[in-house]
Order: sequence, then C-alpha cells, then structure tokens
Amino acid sequence: MGDLFLGIWVVAYRELLRFVQERTRMLSSFAMPLLFLVIFGAGFNRLIGALTPGVDFIQFMYPGIIAMTVLTNSIMSGLSVVWDREFGFLKEILVAPLSRTGIVLGKAVGSATISVGQGIIMLVLAPLLSVSLSPMLVLKLIPMLIILSVSLSGLGVLIASRMRSQQSFQIIVQIIIFPLIFLSGVFFPVNNVPAWLEFISKINPLSYGVDAIRQIFLNGEIAAAGMGQGYPLGVTVFGHTMTIVQDMLLVAVLGIVVLSLAAWSFSRQE
Amino acid sequence: MSTIDVRGLSRNFGGLKAVDEISFQVNEGEIFGFLGPNGAGKTTTINMLCTLLKPTSGSATVNGYDVVRQRSQVRRGIGLVFQDPTLDEYLSAEQNLRFHAYAYKIPRESQEKRISELLELVDLADRRKSKVHVFSGGMKRRLEIARGLLHNPRVLFLDEPTLGLDPQTRRHIWDYVLSLRQQSNLTILMTTHYMDEAENCDRISIIDRGRLIALDTPDKLKDAVGGDVVTLKAENNEKALLELKEKYQLSPVLENGNITFSIPQGEKFLPRLIGTFQTPLLSIGVRRPTLDDVFLRLTGRAVREEEGGLKEMMKTMMKMHQGRGR
Repeated sequence: MGDLFLGIWVVAYRELLRFVQERTRMLSSFAMPLLFLVIFGAGFNRLIGALTPGVDFIQFMYPGIIAMTVLTNSIMSGLSVVWDREFGFLKEILVAPLSRTGIVLGKAVGSATISVGQGIIMLVLAPLLSVSLSPMLVLKLIPMLIILSVSLSGLGVLIASRMRSQQSFQIIVQIIIFPLIFLSGVFFPVNNVPAWLEFISKINPLSYGVDAIRQIFLNGEIAAAGMGQGYPLGVTVFGHTMTIVQDMLLVAVLGIVVLSLAAWSFSRQE
Repeated sequence: MSTIDVRGLSRNFGGLKAVDEISFQVNEGEIFGFLGPNGAGKTTTINMLCTLLKPTSGSATVNGYDVVRQRSQVRRGIGLVFQDPTLDEYLSAEQNLRFHAYAYKIPRESQEKRISELLELVDLADRRKSKVHVFSGGMKRRLEIARGLLHNPRVLFLDEPTLGLDPQTRRHIWDYVLSLRQQSNLTILMTTHYMDEAENCDRISIIDRGRLIALDTPDKLKDAVGGDVVTLKAENNEKALLELKEKYQLSPVLENGNITFSIPQGEKFLPRLIGTFQTPLLSIGVRRPTLDDVFLRLTGRAVREEEGGLKEMMKTMMKMHQGRGR
C-alpha cells in the first residue's frame, strides 16, 4: 500500500514539475478550444440564435468548450507516457520500487490536476460571454471536472501503455479521439441529428461528461428544456433524460474500467 | 552467500534463445564483467537481474532476493546505469536526482547532503541547476552514475557505461568506478565490449550467442591462450620457421610475413632464443595476450568494436529525427 501511494505522488509530482517547465505547452493547450469558441461562436451565434428561450448558441457551446479543454489535455497524459518511453525515462520509473498501479494512477492524477486547472482558467471567459457564474456552480463543477479528467487520463495511459512512438499515438488521437470529442455534443445537441450520428454520440461516453458540465452551467434546465420544440438539449437514452448524477456515475465507471485495464497492461510491461 | 546468484537462467524471444541456461555467482565487493559482442545476451541478462524482464526459465537472486517473486526488495537494493540515457532531459540535474530520491524513499533530511556529495563525486556540482538536455553524452552518463548510487545500493549494474563516449571520458568514468569500489563494498556487474575496459574487472564472463563460454580472472583467461605471444621477422622466414620447429619444439605460424607463436613466460624465453638462434632476425617482439586473443581462441571470431559505434550512431540519428518538429 505504501508503494502505491508513493508511486502516485512521485509520478504526479514529476508530471506537474514537467508541465510548469514547459511554457509553450501551457499556452498551446488553450489554443484549440479558444479557436473553436471564437470561430464557431462568432460564426454561428447570430445564424442559430436561441436554442431555447434564454439559451443562445454561445451559452450552449461554452460549457462544451470547457469540457473539450479538459478532454484533450487529459488524453495527452498518454503522450507523456509515450514520450517517457521514447526518451528512456520510463525505464527509470519502472525499475524504481514503485507499484505499477501507483505509476498509472500517478500519471492520471498528474495529468488530471493540470486539466482541471486549465478547465478552471477557462472560466474567466464566462463574463465576456454573458454566462453567469456563481460560487455554487464552481463548487459543483470541480468534482465533475475531476471525475472526467481522471477517467480520460486513464484512457490516455491505457492507449499509450503499449505504444512505442509519439507518431503512432498522434495517429490514434486523430482517428479516434478527435472524432469522439466532436461527436460528444460540444457543438450541437445530440438529440437533433441524423439517426446514425445520434447513435454514435450516445454510445460515446464523452457525451455524458459534456452533458453533465452543460447541465451544471445551465442549471439543469436545459435537459428537459426544448421539449416543446421536439427535442431536449440534454442527452436522452431510450426516452430517459440523463441527470447530472447519472452522467457522473457513467463517466466514473468508464474511468474505473480504463484505469484498471491500464494498470493491468502496465504490470505486464517488460 | 553470493551477492548475485544465477542458476540456469534462460530467456527466449519467440524462437530465439537470447540467453541460454547461464549460471554464475558474484561475490560482495567484486567487479564482475560481461564481455561479448552485441546481441550476445548481455543486456537481456541484466534486464532479468534488475526485474525488468521475466526469465523464461531458471532463477536468480540479488542480495538474497528472488528477481521474480521479490521484485520490490531487489529493486530497492540495486542501482542501474542503462546503455541508453534514462534521464528526464527537460528537468535539471538536481530535479532528476530529487525524483530518484523520492522514489527510493531517501529521508528528506539526508537528501540534500547525498545529492551534493554525488554531484561532487561526478564533477557536476557546478551544473546542478542546468537542464539535462544541454549536457554532453559524458555528462549525462556521469549524472546517471550519480543517480544510480544515490540510494546507496549494494549492487550497481552498468550496462555498457562508456558506449559512445570519447576515450578521455571513458577513462574518467573508470576512475570513478574503481574509486567507488575502494571506498565501499559495492558490488558491480557490468557489460562491455571494449577489451581494455574488461581488464579492469576482477572476473570476466565471456558470453556469446546467449551462452556463457568462459568465466575467470582476466589473467587466467589470458594464460589459457598458452602464454605470451611472440612475433618475429627473419631474413629468411622459411628457414626460421623450420628452426623454431626443430630446435625449440614450437608450433609457429607464418602470417602476413610475420611469424607468431605463443609461449609461457615470453620475456624469459626471448633472451635464450636470441642467444641461440641461427637465422638472422630483422625484428622480434613479445606481448601479453589480450582478451581479443581469448575471445578469438574460444569462438574463432573477433569481438568487433565498430558494431557498437554504428548501432549507437543510428540510434542517435533516429532520436534526432523523431525529436524534430515537436
């Protein structure tokens, strides 16, 4: 047990240390979400107008962008594993008297800490977009960001556990991760799209993370709102509209599964 | 009890027997060398001993702990310097050591002293705050040696510690290793394919194609070649060859215009030979056999050094290529 916590803390510590040394990474991690927010926001806002009374497109998209910031940065935990393997440092970690599960959790915790921090920094934009923030909202948001980022970091580490080069990891990110992010309801409600797209979006676990964050921001009213127009802005599965807690549980279960798989994969590492 | 005890250790990769039933013991305080060409199985053996690789069969203990069943205990008691660098290049020398200190639970109050001591030992005290990516190959290797020793291991594994380094740095690193052995009772197991380095070991095991083919002190291994090597050149080589055979019962060979033969205690034989030899001589010399001669006699092949150089060069080039565009 001691080895486990030592592993988590040492690996997470180094992850954070690395992050503060790399200033460019700090900046670049905000670049894409901001770009989407500005371009799509400015481009579509007037065209689309209010999705439901009181919720315009930017207010709908902004929580999604926060989720996206957390998602992309969490997945990048995998890149740090591949990086360590390529540059040899992983060997120093693997040969130290640390538990393999601890190493995996340490990577996830380190990366999640960074992601949550970035998600919170994104909140400074809220007043500019006339999204109202309250201390209560932030308090509710943080646990969800933590669950989401730990789970997704676990996914990143799982993917990276057997990868040898940064290039192959980047390819996986481009063909699997980006589509998952785009199809998670960041940019459009997943209930009002062609059936095939709706199907993919609803089996995509990220959709539920995005939904939870959006419901926290819009006070839960959007889940059922819009019913009158034929579709709700939340995620409905078999006619049931997901609540924040159900979303959270679903993402947490995903996290436990991928982290267990990653720990198993690492313990068999040679 | 031996510090390292290896019995019938084997490791297969697919159908390839990388390490084939090797057994040996290393005593406390010994410098034990693995000598052999690239791909002989040296690194695979080290990886099994340091718990990074599971043996296919056989067993091994380090400091009395089994390398399969008691991995944590084994890891705590060993220090490692791998062939390829395993430093975090974007952290400073001190940060790399600090990470290691945390991972090996070195008490906080003694960390500072230990880190300063070791940076002093490897002459990097003034580069403490520098990022590792600005270090030269030799500096990185020295930092890795310092890191490997930070937690006071009882056994230090050095996998080709001087590969790809310039002769001056190689000498430097050897000075550290030898002085370490004098200061503490550290056991060192190292691999090399540089013959001159293997001479520094107390005992050498020669490994070829996964099998251990000889194990002894460097001097005894060389004695097994049959004494010293005498090389001479005469005005008439044919006549000299005949005279050596008939008068001295030697078995000389003529090669590239030189006659060579081996004889125990060559320095003592040489004056006797010169005093009584009839054929006029142009040149004559005697040398101790090298480990090259040993390897040649045991396997019929020479250990080629340039392989390592080439492999290292290609690895570096690949890394540079991959590192681009980040």
